Amino acid sequence: MKLQKASRYALFAVLHLASEPERQFSTAEIAESYGVSIHHLAKVMRTLVRSGLIESVRGVGGGYRFSGNVRRTTLWDVIHEFESLESGIDTPDELRGNAEIVVTGLDAVMNEIDGLNRSTLDSITLKTLLRYGVENLDNAP
Amino acid sequence: MHKEKPVITVHVADAADIDAVAALDAAITGTEKATYWNDIFERFAGINQRRKRYFLVAKSANDELLGFIVGEIRAWEFGSPPCGWVLALSVTPDQRQQGIGTLLFEALCAQMKKDGATTIRTMVLGNDKTNLSFFRGEGLAAGPYIELERRLD
Repeated sequence: MKLQKASRYALFAVLHLASEPERQFSTAEIAESYGVSIHHLAKVMRTLVRSGLIESVRGVGGGYRFSGNVRRTTLWDVIHEFESLESGIDTPDELRGNAEIVVTGLDAVMNEIDGLNRSTLDSITLKTLLRYGVENLDNAP
Repeated sequence: MHKEKPVITVHVADAADIDAVAALDAAITGTEKATYWNDIFERFAGINQRRKRYFLVAKSANDELLGFIVGEIRAWEFGSPPCGWVLALSVTPDQRQQGIGTLLFEALCAQMKKDGATTIRTMVLGNDKTNLSFFRGEGLAAGPYIELERRLD
């Protein structure tokens, strides 16, 4: 499984905002903190606003603020706004001979992997990642 | 205005708690299993209790059941050295988000640690977001074992 760039940027932004929910940050501030493209992040921020995970604050010092529940919002809640994480098997339209049986078996395996991936991402809340992720960062060599 | 935190106590279950435990479980799972809970009580807190089995309840100041946890230290199943298992954990739905599950879990961890366990594990349905998120929040993550099963029909 590889997260798309948009999902990664969205997680950076949502975790950044959720770590200080009373504050608002501009796209430029977040982009600079994580060393990512401000142009691409701006598109991601619009999707996050539409999803209701963040809200835009107008006026002087405006920007974005986290508007979800940090104890309830999971990594999957953020990621699935951008991708489905379904592992496809690249197969020709018409399967011949034993290929159909093998592909059916492989599809079942990929579905199992996808289910585990989704369950894992849907079990980790932003609060949990902020708590343990930050501890791990602190302990990183 | 400052809201006072309710007084919550955690202690070993006694026979008088079991009807409320069975009712809470039935309300959450939709399946009545009074016989099962009476059996669990006998084996984990009652007359047939063995060492290293735990059945704790969380109660309000007026003796109302708020939640319960059941656990056991098991050794060498699946080749695992002694390890604490959480077998059941429930908190009354309208009392959640107050740290009752954490109180129960921490009390269980403390007892298991005192009795020699160095690891605690549990098993949760993959789509049970409430319990998965809770245990993740308590620091549990995927361990070295993978659950496998098949139907027998």
